[in-house]
Amino acid sequence: MTQSASGMFRTGIRKFASAPLSAQLGTIVIAIYVLTALFAPVLAPYGEAEIVGSQFQTWSSSFWLGTDNLGRDMFTRLIYGARNTIGIAILTTCLSFSIGIAAGLAAATLGKWLDQALSRLVDVLMAIPQLIFALLLLSMFGTSIPSLIAVIAFLDSTRVFRLTRALSINVAVTDYVEAARLRGEGLLWIMKNEILPNIIPVLIAEFGLRFCFVFLLISGLSFLGLGIQPPTADWGSMVRDSAALITYGDVTPLLPAGAIVMLTVAVNLVVDWFLHTASGLKED
Amino acid sequence: MASIPKIIAQRIVLGLLTLWVVSLVIFAGIQFLPGDVATEVLGQSATPESIAALRESLGLDLPFHVRYFSWLMDVLRGDFGTSLATGRDIGELVRPRLLNTLFLALMTAIIAVPLALVGGILAALYRNTLFDRIINTITLASVSVPEFFTAYVLILIFAVNAGILPSLADVDASTDILGRITAIILPALTLTLGVLAHMMRMTRTSIINLLGNQYIETARLKGMPEWRVLVQHALPNAWAPVVTVIVLNLAYLITGVVVVEVVFVYPGLGQLIVDSVQKRDIPVVQACSLIFASVYIILNLTADVLSIVMNPRLMHPK
Amino acid sequence: MNQTSTQPEPDRLLEITKLRIEATIIPPGERPQNIALVDGVSLILERGKVLGLIGESGAGKSTLGLASLGYVRGGVRITGGEVLLNGQDVLKKSTRGLRALRGRTVCYVAQSAAAAFNPAHRLMDQVVEASVLHKVMTRREAEGRAVSLFRKLGLPGPESIGNRFPHQVSGGQLQRVMTAMALCSEPDLIVFDEPTTALDVTTQIEVLAAIRDAIRDTDVAAIYITHDLAVVAQIADDIMVLRNGGLVERGTTEEIIVNPKEKYTQALVSVHHIDHEMKDFGDTAPILSVEGLTAGYGGGQVTVLQNVSMDLHPGETLAVVGESGSGKSTLARVITGLLAPFSGSIHFEGRVLAPGIALRSKEDLRQLQMIYQMADVAMNPRQTVATIIGRPLEFYFGIRGAERNRRVAELLEKIELKKDLANRFPSELSGGQKQRVCIARALAAKPKLIVCDEVTSALDPLVANGILTLLLQLQRDEGVAYLFITHDLATVRSIADSISVMYRGEVVRQGAKAEVLAPPYDAYTDLLLSSVPEMKIGWLDQAISSRRMESAGN
Repeated sequence: MTQSASGMFRTGIRKFASAPLSAQLGTIVIAIYVLTALFAPVLAPYGEAEIVGSQFQTWSSSFWLGTDNLGRDMFTRLIYGARNTIGIAILTTCLSFSIGIAAGLAAATLGKWLDQALSRLVDVLMAIPQLIFALLLLSMFGTSIPSLIAVIAFLDSTRVFRLTRALSINVAVTDYVEAARLRGEGLLWIMKNEILPNIIPVLIAEFGLRFCFVFLLISGLSFLGLGIQPPTADWGSMVRDSAALITYGDVTPLLPAGAIVMLTVAVNLVVDWFLHTASGLKED
Repeated sequence: MASIPKIIAQRIVLGLLTLWVVSLVIFAGIQFLPGDVATEVLGQSATPESIAALRESLGLDLPFHVRYFSWLMDVLRGDFGTSLATGRDIGELVRPRLLNTLFLALMTAIIAVPLALVGGILAALYRNTLFDRIINTITLASVSVPEFFTAYVLILIFAVNAGILPSLADVDASTDILGRITAIILPALTLTLGVLAHMMRMTRTSIINLLGNQYIETARLKGMPEWRVLVQHALPNAWAPVVTVIVLNLAYLITGVVVVEVVFVYPGLGQLIVDSVQKRDIPVVQACSLIFASVYIILNLTADVLSIVMNPRLMHPK
Repeated sequence: MNQTSTQPEPDRLLEITKLRIEATIIPPGERPQNIALVDGVSLILERGKVLGLIGESGAGKSTLGLASLGYVRGGVRITGGEVLLNGQDVLKKSTRGLRALRGRTVCYVAQSAAAAFNPAHRLMDQVVEASVLHKVMTRREAEGRAVSLFRKLGLPGPESIGNRFPHQVSGGQLQRVMTAMALCSEPDLIVFDEPTTALDVTTQIEVLAAIRDAIRDTDVAAIYITHDLAVVAQIADDIMVLRNGGLVERGTTEEIIVNPKEKYTQALVSVHHIDHEMKDFGDTAPILSVEGLTAGYGGGQVTVLQNVSMDLHPGETLAVVGESGSGKSTLARVITGLLAPFSGSIHFEGRVLAPGIALRSKEDLRQLQMIYQMADVAMNPRQTVATIIGRPLEFYFGIRGAERNRRVAELLEKIELKKDLANRFPSELSGGQKQRVCIARALAAKPKLIVCDEVTSALDPLVANGILTLLLQLQRDEGVAYLFITHDLATVRSIADSISVMYRGEVVRQGAKAEVLAPPYDAYTDLLLSSVPEMKIGWLDQAISSRRMESAGN
């Protein structure tokens, strides 16, 4: 076990070393974000929702990035924001992929009736712009974090469904799947051994892109005051809370927004590179 | 192959059907509310009598299908009911805001579409050059940037530092056309930056796909200059994909418009829906969602129909 | 046209000297490499003559042909040599000079006319485009010439066909329109790039004859590119044989066909000669018996097969021959259980075969295997050869681990491949190797019958020959029966014991090979047989004239 783990680690290092600069940069940025999210309580000088000063204090040695509209330390909240915003976005994307892949595979392989029903449902769901649909659902279910995750994951899973279905159908009509069917293989075996290995690279890349999309959507909703609610620190709502400073030429509100931009750019860079290398088939 | 009018009729019927199902979904939303709207709206001060009165005024005591059809009939007449929060007629509330939003979207389209077309075609012609790579990078950046970031950066540059444009776009009925245009320059610019790169990139991709066709090689082997190959042999086949790209991106503007209107305090439909969600003013949210969804469906339908009309195989059946 | 340049030898239209063309390829996971597509090839073409370029895929024949227009496809560049056309070096011409040449002095006819015509314009607009562009004639004159060319090429409705759009015209007709397009501007040279390869044989002969007559009557010189020696023998004055970008042999058509010097050319000429004793099955019980099969799609709306019956004996090869649309592939789908028939029955070893895969026993599935036309899409790109061949062993016989690996090695030996190929992925194999692996996969199940669906039609002739020889060898060793589906009568002659000829979903003729291939013929079999190009000078003239006589007699 340890050998294979260290082997994987070494393969990883080798891949990283052979990647273009942009992808290396992206990987480093992502790693920094993940570490920040994991060790937020250690890194942050103050408590997440702790009121430590007066409102809107300027940058100083005790408050590196000043304080926000309630007198909480901006730097601390920026660090906790990594944990909350990224955590929720990842959870949402995972949930969305679980629903989307399961439904997509089922529609592609189980046949006409289910496929028709699911596809028409998704057509209707996608006929309403995503943000508007999210607003509609959130106005019904309220803006708690669980309902936020559920609503966004549900809406986003329509995209994952469409992609999985299209990819699987492309593979399902190939001669090698037909050969497996002619051999008498069962449906599950075909899904696992013939279809999935051929669609997983694309789905992994899509995971990166959907994560960015979900992350931006949640940040957008939070910015509108309809996403992650106070006192939880979150980059979208931090921009909203400190937006007034912009009119005084203070760039502090741009920092949490910049944090969002950096992460999505980094993920996009890595996905770009992954899509490039995934076209080669031999893995080692 | 079926004839064009028939295919188009099918698409339109399908679009109407989708719209109808969407209206059903939007209306049915109320049914699944945890808790009761009436209680929710009246809050702690609710008495059983006041709840019953509100329920009756909302028609909540009637069976679902009855309420749905009477709501649908009202909506078709342009009557969206009254706002729970203000008690005002929703139609009156929505109309000027819808016009404002359409005005903003139109301005954005006027700026973005020609730029995207020219940029996309140039990037396709000079692919893998510096120009192409710059467009590539900008695209990557623009899909990664939330609208509010772009908006505040533009405000910082043009409103706060340079001081040449207003940072708020809070127009009202008394604002004249020149004032309106000045007010929405920054919002329109924000939206443009949001869709432009993507539109360019998709235009570039569809042109490159087109140039890979063998009939383009045929034309080159006839000794045609490159610009004539493009104009005579690529463009007639390019309209369908390019128009689709443009319309789909305009549909995407709908999402962007919500955030931008909030940032710039622009009295449009987007700002209204956000306010109403916060107040849980369900009838207004319903009305706005339905309008947004209709615009979206109509745009997608337009893209569909245009690409059918421009397909020579369908235009000249066997 | 007034030539101002000096022409040392007026007869010499095209002279290519030591031409070298390179491409950069990027193998996945490796550094970019330069490979030579054409390596030091020289040729001379005189005015009004036809030169045949022949070779397998990758021989560089299309690249060489396009170089005479000074044109290379993406990622490819000319790195040495010269191309003299009318005494001027094409490679030294400016973009403007090249443009003046293309479509005027040299024209190009592509393999797929369907892809080479712009779907947005009417045929006439595209046919006269080059003539008008280069101011060879006025639009009106060009249209007149186009109509007369349409007539010469035997197109139906020559006056009106130009008003149609490309998708409104059939493939064979489109190919002829493309030839008219090339001839319209009265060029000195036309490059034909496999113009009949995509067509059915019965259509091919018509188009071939039309092209040949048009070339002869207009005195244009031509480079005719093809992989089929029998086709080029009908049309060319001289033939050049190319392989891997280099010249193998050149000579007059007669020299190449009758008296080839190089081994490779000899192999190409004798490609269809496989020693095969026809077996007699007399009274043995058939292993597969199909009776009154009617099948199709869309729940009975489209009938593709009508009342098809045939018998196949153990160890026999039954060839099912037909052109596209004959229903031969549908027959394969019904027999393998992929498509349930509307009516009729299939007996296998005396028992009834259920109409669908799900209803058949594992034993039935094991004994009836299938090999596909396109080997590269018949194997999962993410499985190794060992996994691909090993799975039937595991699935049908429960053989795993070291024993499985041993059996895989055995099977690889049987199909004449090295053992260490077991760890390769399909993308790392050549076309012939891929098809061999597919054969091994079918063989691993120890079947009694293998359905072979056009298994050699995507391969180069010599590779295909190797596959056919292997299949016959395996039949002798294992006693397996083949249902061999093909459009290629030459293949049928090589390997079949008995033949069923299919036309529009019906069997029009069947029996032992000797009977089917001997007169008197029915009309369709006659047409089919007389359409297969023979490696014989003058075959085309004979075939066409006997066809004309027959239609006159009718």
